[in-house]
Amino acid sequence: MLAYLVRRLLYALPILIGVNLITFALFFVVNTPDDMARMQLGVKRVTPDAIEKWKAERGYDKPLFVNSAASGAGVLTETIFFAKSARMFVGDFGRAEDGRDIAREISARMGPSLAIALPTFVLGLFVTVAFALVLAFFRASYLDFWGVVLCVALMSISGLFYIIGGQYLISKVWKLVPISGYGGGVEAWKFLILPVLIGVVSGIGSSTRWYRTIFLEEIGKDYVRTARAKGLSEAAVLFRHVLRNALIPILTGVVVVIPLLFMGSLLTESFFGIPGLGSYTIDAINAQDFAVVRAMVFIGSVLYIVGLMLTDISYTLVDPRIRFDR
Amino acid sequence: MNFLPVILWSDALIWLLVASALLLGWLSSRNPPLRAAWRRVGRHRPGMAAATVLLAFVLIGLLDSLHYRPALENKGEGKTAYAIEVLSLLDLVATPLRTRNEKTYSEPLATRAYAKEAIEVREADGSVRQTRDYPRLKHGGAHLGADEAGRAADVGRRLLQAGGAALLAWGTLAALAAGLLAHAEGTTQAAAWRRIWRGESDFAWNAVLGALAALFLVAFPLLALCGDYHVLGTDKVGQDVFYQVLKSVRTALVIGLVTTLVMLPLSIFLGILAGYFRGWVDDAIQYLYTTLNSIPGVLLIAAAVLMMQVVIDTHPQWFATAAERADLRLLALCFILGMTSWTGLCRLLRGEALKLRELEYIQAAQAFGVSDLRIISRHILPNLMHIVIIALVMDFSSLVLAEAVLSYVGIGVDPTMISFGTMINNARMELAREPMVWWSLAAAFAFMLALVLAANLLADAVRDAFDPRMAGAA
Repeated sequence: MLAYLVRRLLYALPILIGVNLITFALFFVVNTPDDMARMQLGVKRVTPDAIEKWKAERGYDKPLFVNSAASGAGVLTETIFFAKSARMFVGDFGRAEDGRDIAREISARMGPSLAIALPTFVLGLFVTVAFALVLAFFRASYLDFWGVVLCVALMSISGLFYIIGGQYLISKVWKLVPISGYGGGVEAWKFLILPVLIGVVSGIGSSTRWYRTIFLEEIGKDYVRTARAKGLSEAAVLFRHVLRNALIPILTGVVVVIPLLFMGSLLTESFFGIPGLGSYTIDAINAQDFAVVRAMVFIGSVLYIVGLMLTDISYTLVDPRIRFDR
Repeated sequence: MNFLPVILWSDALIWLLVASALLLGWLSSRNPPLRAAWRRVGRHRPGMAAATVLLAFVLIGLLDSLHYRPALENKGEGKTAYAIEVLSLLDLVATPLRTRNEKTYSEPLATRAYAKEAIEVREADGSVRQTRDYPRLKHGGAHLGADEAGRAADVGRRLLQAGGAALLAWGTLAALAAGLLAHAEGTTQAAAWRRIWRGESDFAWNAVLGALAALFLVAFPLLALCGDYHVLGTDKVGQDVFYQVLKSVRTALVIGLVTTLVMLPLSIFLGILAGYFRGWVDDAIQYLYTTLNSIPGVLLIAAAVLMMQVVIDTHPQWFATAAERADLRLLALCFILGMTSWTGLCRLLRGEALKLRELEYIQAAQAFGVSDLRIISRHILPNLMHIVIIALVMDFSSLVLAEAVLSYVGIGVDPTMISFGTMINNARMELAREPMVWWSLAAAFAFMLALVLAANLLADAVRDAFDPRMAGAA
């Protein structure tokens, strides 16, 4: 197992380097730092001096890859690539446009993001699996048919409408919870309940349909027929046999997104004014803060790769037939 | 000539898509398994109803994809000058909708504005008095004149007329369908009609006619009322919401269709290459798509769009008109979406190609010395087509939904381009207003739901018909 993990880690490294190169190319080769400076400074105040000053303040005044003016190791380290891209591997993301340290900002904003994303994820998984199980239990009936129709209809509604409609109905008309905002401590649940609820409802459509097909596939298998032949009741077959086996593809399918929960959700956080990583990203996009977007891209990829590795591990945990340490 | 045809890049691609869809149709009509699969789609009732609705959307989109620049008033001799504004045929048809702008919000079918403002009232004795009231709209219900109380009667009369016209048009089309079926099957018209009604016909005529009836009953009243009223109200700057919704359709179609045009060649080419040649080619391609896949989609799109924005802003000389700039940004968005979404299909195709190359008939072809290129084009590609077609229709709806979210985040289409995303974005604070403004959001919601729901239903039908694993069940 350990050898396998080490191998996977080594395999992840070239992917991270690739991600790093892609983002570097996107941010510094497609457009020169001069273009970015012009964009940030606006059309009116652009003078060559202002551009130079802007670049120097942010450390963009170095050459891209090779600094022939420097000596020794400085040839490689005194460059934009080393300062802005390679340093990300040690957790140094530089500073945002407002001068704050990005790494510190990210660690402070992870909490609120998780406070929304984790309950949404757990509750959503529970609700959709339960709903899919009901549909599979009543398969080929009117309930199943209209359940699937409902899922397709729910899938066809843009996530924006769930949020706008939910805020309108629950906060404005019924006045149950505040429309947006965030507070620490015990009072936080008031602000969290609506985003979590909306997150769960907006995910029901596609997940339920997917889980239902997994259940139906499992129901068609031979061991289910054997279980029925033994005289087990339909409920016992479904809960004792089908559910446990169907959980393997379901769990391994969702494990990959668990690390990404740290990133929060762009839409939810910006609509509800939650100071998490999602709203941080959106603010950075709107302010065209390239350093922050670059940092978020890198962190997102790291988390995704961690998710892939967790998926592999969860395979071995839930399905004893799979062994990786050969 | 009093107009100058303009072919925007997205227009060219849209018509290219129409041509390739026709080509695909012709090719599948010559290929028995594909023909059988399309027949199965034709029998699928929800699928065909959805296809009818989609076709209506596509027609609106195509009408909106023929652009021109009208000539300006010719001042004296010499060369004709053309307006800087690029219009489409849809704009021409909907000229009243496009040009009759109010000052600000007004409710659907309203004759007066939505908020009170200071207006001057001329008294009988000729003096002018200031008062606060709802001002009369410039265009909404202007034909009523002073008889504003007659609005309900006028609307009712128009609704009845439109309903009648819709029934008449539907009856004609239904009779035509029955006639066609009767001719094809050699029965009487009445017998054909009975078969359609009971859903016994080979093609799902009853679903198509049902969807047409619903379409007509919605479209005819809208059309009958939109000439003299703002049938879905007006937005903050007084633009007709119905016009905006119509314009949004094309943006959604371009995003949903042109993106697949970018994505397909990449995923087909690389997927087959990886699966067929294996070895280091496979390793390299797998590395490429794992790397691209590991960057969260929205962030990669955000990064790319930000960079593209810099390019567009620093090169204003590339674009003759604002429409061209917006169009290029739309295309760039399609391109970026395509670059971030080809990996899923590529992985599927690679897996399938890996399986296919081990089958006996491919090994036999290799033993006979058939070249790799020929094996791929004659034996592998046709056997992957069902995956491609399924992926194509499945992706459409998710792309349309993605556009709305991206435009909200600020990394979508150009803010001047009308799309569902920009409509929602502009209207998102309106529910919080007192009194609330609901019609913009409601219109965007209804039209988007109709489009995406239809696309999802058609995707289900196509998947059921083309997926060999489903063939036993159908």
